[in-house]
Amino acid sequence: MELNKREFLTLSAGALAFASVAGTSGIALAAVEPTADEMIKAFTSGAAVGEGKVSLTTPEIAENGNTVPVEVSVESPMTADNYVAEVMIVADGNPNPGVATFKFSAMSGEAEASTRIRLAQTQNVIAVAKMSDGSFFMDKKAVKVTIGGCGG
Amino acid sequence: MAKSKPRVKVPKTADAGEIITIKTLISHQMESGQRKDKKTGELIPRKIINNFKAAFNGTVVFETVIEPAVSSNPYIQFKVKVPESGEFKFTWTDDDGSVYETAKKIKVG
Amino acid sequence: MKLFSTKSTALFGLTALIASTVSSPVLADADNNKLVIDGTPLVTDVAAPADSELDRLYSGWRFRSAETQSLQADDFENPAMPFVDTGADLWNAADGSEGKSCSSCHNDAEESMKGVRAEYPKWNAKLNKPHTLETQINECRETRMGAKPWKWESGEMLASTAYIGLQSRGMPTKVQTTGPMAKWHDMGKDLYYTRVGQLNMSCANCHEEQVGKKIRSDHLSQGQINGFPTYRLKWGGLGSSHRRFKGCMDNIRATPFKRGSDEFIALEVYVAARGTGLSVETPAVRN
Repeated sequence: MELNKREFLTLSAGALAFASVAGTSGIALAAVEPTADEMIKAFTSGAAVGEGKVSLTTPEIAENGNTVPVEVSVESPMTADNYVAEVMIVADGNPNPGVATFKFSAMSGEAEASTRIRLAQTQNVIAVAKMSDGSFFMDKKAVKVTIGGCGG
Repeated sequence: MAKSKPRVKVPKTADAGEIITIKTLISHQMESGQRKDKKTGELIPRKIINNFKAAFNGTVVFETVIEPAVSSNPYIQFKVKVPESGEFKFTWTDDDGSVYETAKKIKVG
Repeated sequence: MKLFSTKSTALFGLTALIASTVSSPVLADADNNKLVIDGTPLVTDVAAPADSELDRLYSGWRFRSAETQSLQADDFENPAMPFVDTGADLWNAADGSEGKSCSSCHNDAEESMKGVRAEYPKWNAKLNKPHTLETQINECRETRMGAKPWKWESGEMLASTAYIGLQSRGMPTKVQTTGPMAKWHDMGKDLYYTRVGQLNMSCANCHEEQVGKKIRSDHLSQGQINGFPTYRLKWGGLGSSHRRFKGCMDNIRATPFKRGSDEFIALEVYVAARGTGLSVETPAVRN
């Protein structure tokens, strides 16, 4: 695999940032994408992740893996001192598991967002919510991806 | 291909404190960096919209950090509680440094 | 029951859709959903004309999943719409040596282009062959504007055909198949029924004989082209009917004809005629 300078720098920076967050040694390793589990650990700094509060909506079967609608909502009063700060979405079967991170604020009113994503194969989509008090919650949905329609 | 074109849908009016839904879409290839050029076999370099921000009267109220797994022509829908009349400003940032912006006014009360 | 009103949350308001599918009788493997775009109902099934080989005509929309269907039922959710906006800009942009834009001659597209998509390909006596929307646009560009023609599948061409096509949305497909068009219709029909490629298949083998069945986990439609240029999730963008024809030919391991070739123009005439009466859906959304 050949990388241009910018890609190499971006990937190295990502690997370094990840390594430092995960608390491993600061040696710059080859540019290997972290797994979904590793990304979640980095996001939570290893804190426990509870079930509930988060609901992730995906189709059970995606008609085409190129455009899969996902919606996430998190139970929260969304007040200035009690709100959902961020929700990270990862896809554990993609070559690069990162999908998107929604950053909410007390002005969001409701912690709810949706987008359309690419899934390379049948896999789990995982949403991890970081609350303003530093606690974490998650939901996980399996999405079957068909081979993507007939040619063309 | 033509320059990226953003579209946003914001209600024109709302009650004070109402939670509104905002829909956004921008035309963009979202080249993932995973695809190979069919002719040369070389990887096509990544070029995506990597960040989206919505600000209301100057304060960022919602942001999305975007990875290559977001589909081409990225669509993002979210909610905002609007306390007063004002202006939403939406900003998309491209890997190549380009910034695409659009704004919408809302009347509250 | 009205589905897909502007107020419904289209992406995830699927319960109603699923309920209607389950409780209704199965109709030739197309579903029973109704396509209403921002309050305007579209015709997605219609009685076949007397000379048709099909019993009833169904839009490809009726074969898609609820998620894909909902993308087309709301113009904001439809990912083709930013390209339509680009098409509107191009309509008004002067180009070429004459300093003219489309609007210099045709004024407001919302008026002048109404019904155009529904009757293309259309016979052109001077050319002595049918014009597709693409060749008509390029003729204008070259002879009226003194501008370079656009490539068939270029972003500019697709944006323009999507914008022009949208002005006919909801109108019934109605291409001429008689007079000088008869020859092109018949040539297209021959191509439709001729087996080609290493897999030795014709269009009819899938899109007439196996409609409603699964092929590579895809739900086979009648191959109607009333929504082109269409936004395919697989493409992540707009594509022409000729691109779709080429894709089918590649799949059956045949050597595809070129976009804009007489063969594909004839096939477009014939396939468009097979959808007579279906609403123009441009720009549709498919998988």
